[in-house]
Amino acid sequence: MAVVFERPKSLIDVPTHYCPGCTHGIVHRILCEVIDEMGIEGDTIGVCPVGCSVMAYDYFNCDMIEAAHGRAPAVATGVKRTNPDKFVFTYQGDGDLAAIGTAETVHVATRGENIVVIFINNTIYGMTGGQMAPTTLPGQVTQTTPFGRSPELAGYPVKVCEMLSQLTGTAYAERVAVDSVPHIKAAKKAIRKAFENQKAGKGFSIVEVLSTCPTNWGLAPLDAIKRLQDEMIPYYPLGVYKDVEEGVFPKTEGGNE
Amino acid sequence: MAKMTVITERCKGCGLCTAACPKKIVALQKEKRNKKGYFYAECTDQSACISCAMCATMCPDCAIVIEK
Amino acid sequence: MERNLMKGNEALAEAAIRAGCKCFFGYPITPQTELAAYMAKRMHKAGGVFLQAESEIAAINMVLGAASTGVRAMTSSSSPGISLKSEGVSYIAGSDLPAVIINVERGGPGLGGIQPSQADYWQATKALGHGDFQLLVYAPASVQEMVDYVVKAFDRADKYRMPAMILADGLLGQMMEPVTFPEINPEAYDKSGWAANGHKMKREHHIINSLYLKPDELENSILERYKKYDIIKETETEAELYLTEDCDILVCAFGATARVVKSAVNDARAQGIKAGLFRPKTLWPFPVKEINEAAKNAKKLLSVEMSMGQMIDDIKLAINCSKPVEFFGRTGGVIPSPAEVLGEIKRMGGAL
Repeated sequence: MAVVFERPKSLIDVPTHYCPGCTHGIVHRILCEVIDEMGIEGDTIGVCPVGCSVMAYDYFNCDMIEAAHGRAPAVATGVKRTNPDKFVFTYQGDGDLAAIGTAETVHVATRGENIVVIFINNTIYGMTGGQMAPTTLPGQVTQTTPFGRSPELAGYPVKVCEMLSQLTGTAYAERVAVDSVPHIKAAKKAIRKAFENQKAGKGFSIVEVLSTCPTNWGLAPLDAIKRLQDEMIPYYPLGVYKDVEEGVFPKTEGGNE
Repeated sequence: MAKMTVITERCKGCGLCTAACPKKIVALQKEKRNKKGYFYAECTDQSACISCAMCATMCPDCAIVIEK
Repeated sequence: MERNLMKGNEALAEAAIRAGCKCFFGYPITPQTELAAYMAKRMHKAGGVFLQAESEIAAINMVLGAASTGVRAMTSSSSPGISLKSEGVSYIAGSDLPAVIINVERGGPGLGGIQPSQADYWQATKALGHGDFQLLVYAPASVQEMVDYVVKAFDRADKYRMPAMILADGLLGQMMEPVTFPEINPEAYDKSGWAANGHKMKREHHIINSLYLKPDELENSILERYKKYDIIKETETEAELYLTEDCDILVCAFGATARVVKSAVNDARAQGIKAGLFRPKTLWPFPVKEINEAAKNAKKLLSVEMSMGQMIDDIKLAINCSKPVEFFGRTGGVIPSPAEVLGEIKRMGGAL
C-alpha cells in the first residue's frame, strides 16, 4: 500500500503547543504542503510575530525570523528587498495584523511588496487568554468585552480583505476558511496562488484565513467550527476581493487606477 | 485495501476528524489515553475506509496517516 | 585620497555605502533628513536598497529583517524617532543581530526642538530599550570622525553581532567639513552559521529569535551576551586626552561640545590655568581606564554637556567619586560658548 496522506516535509515532525482543535495546525499543514509542492523550502524565509503562532519557527523547516508584535510585514520587507530571489511570507494573527500592526499592514500592501501574508482571523487574542481583537464580532464576549462587544464603546470589526483590496499595490486578496474539507482545499489553493504570485513578481498577496479558537471562545472544537460557519462566515464573506490577474477589483468607482 | 493510522501520541482528542469521515468510522475511543492524557481517535472499521483522507485533512496535528 | 567638503548627514550616508551597507530604511525627521535624501540618490546606484518606511518603528524592523539574512543594514533618525525604535533595537540585541543606528540628536523631551542636543546620552548608553542589553555607542566630534565611526560601527557590529549607534547631534549633522574616505574593503564576516537567508536544503534551518519562554534559557542567552560585553569593555574603549598630563581641572565633554571645551581649555592655559580635556569617543563602552589616566593629577573634574547632566554619572562611577566632579551645561538646543566654559573653569580654578 502507498501512503496517500501524511505530514508535509517542511512541517517539522514535533507536537505543537496549539490547543486541541485549534485550526492553526491545519493552516500550518497546507502552507507546508504548498512549500513542498513548489519545492521552495530551501529558498523560503518565514516571519512569525508575537501571537499563538510566534513559536512557529519550531514548526516550519524553512529559515524563520521571530518579529515584534505587529511588525512582521516590515521585517519581511527588509528580508525581501535585500533577498529578492527568496520567497518571503509572514504568518500573523488578527491582533497583530489589524490592531498594533495596522500601519505596517497598510503600507506593505500599498507598496505592493512582493511577499505573501497568511492572516489568521479568529476574532480574538489567543495567546494572551482571549481578549477583544479588531476582528471580534459585535456582541462577542471576550475577556475585555465581558458584556459582549458593543460597537458604541469598542468600535466595529476590521474587514481586512475588503480594506486592503482598495490599495493599488495589492495584487491578490482572498478570504478563505478552514472549517471543512472543501474549504481547506480552497484555502490551500489560495495559498498556492499567493506564492505563485510572489514567484511571478505580481506584488502583494494576502490570504485571510477564518480560523477557530476553541479555548478562548469557550467552545468544544466541533462547536467552534460551527460558530465559524454560523457567525464568522456571514460577517466575513469568503471569496476573492482582489486579483489583478483575473481582473477582480473592489467595487470602487475608478476600479484600480 | 485502504488504511487509516492514528499517531496516538500526536492526537489531542479534538474530534474534528470524527465529523469529517463520510463513512462514519472515525471516533474518539474511550479506553486508552495517550501520554498527554487525551482519548485519541481511532478508525472503527478499517475495511470500510475508502482512503478519502477527509479525516486527515481536518486534523490540525497531522496525527492521521492514510494508506491505499 | 581626494578631500570632499561634505555636510555631516551626507558624509554619514556616503561612509555607510562605502562600508558595504546594502540597505537603508529611514523616515524624515529634522535634523537628520539629508541623510535619508542622500541615500535615496546614492544607494540605488551603489547596488543597495533605499526605502522610506511608514514610521521609525517600521524602519528599525526592516533593518532587523535585512540583518537577519546577513546583510549590512542601517537606519537613522533623531531623538523622538530613536524613542520609537527602542523596542526594535531591543529585539535586534536580543536576536544577536548586527545593525547600525544613527541618532542625530535634537532637543527633547517630547517634540522638543530641532537644535543640537546631547540629552539622549542616558537613552543610548543605559537603556535604549527594555531588558539587559547594551549597544556600542560612538560619539564623533567632526564630520571626518562621523565617517570613520560609521565604518567602525559596521565592522564591530558584525564582529560582535550586536547593534551599534552613532550618537551625533544636529550641529555635527548640519555642518560641512572636508572629509576623506578611507579605502574600505568591508571585511566580510562569515555569517553563514546563523543568517536566515534560505538554507537551500544544504543545512539545518536557522532561526532568528529573541523569545525564550524557559527562564534559564533566556538567562543563558543573556549571560553569553554579557561575556561579549566584558570583552568589549576591555578592548574597544577610545578617548582623546588633551593637555591632561599636568591638568588641575579636567574638563570632560564629547561630540561637538568637546570642540567648544577645547577652545576654553586653550584660553584657560593662556591665562595660566592648567586645564585639560577628556573626550570619550566611545560612550559605551565608557573609557574608564582612560579617564582615570587623565584625572590622575587633577584636583577637580567638570563635565560639560548639552543636557542637564547625564554623562556626569558615568564620570563619577568611573573614578569611584574619588574626586569632586562638577557640571556645566546648556540644554534645549542652546550650545555652550567657549567663554561660558572658560568662566566655569576659572570659577573652579579660583578655589585652588
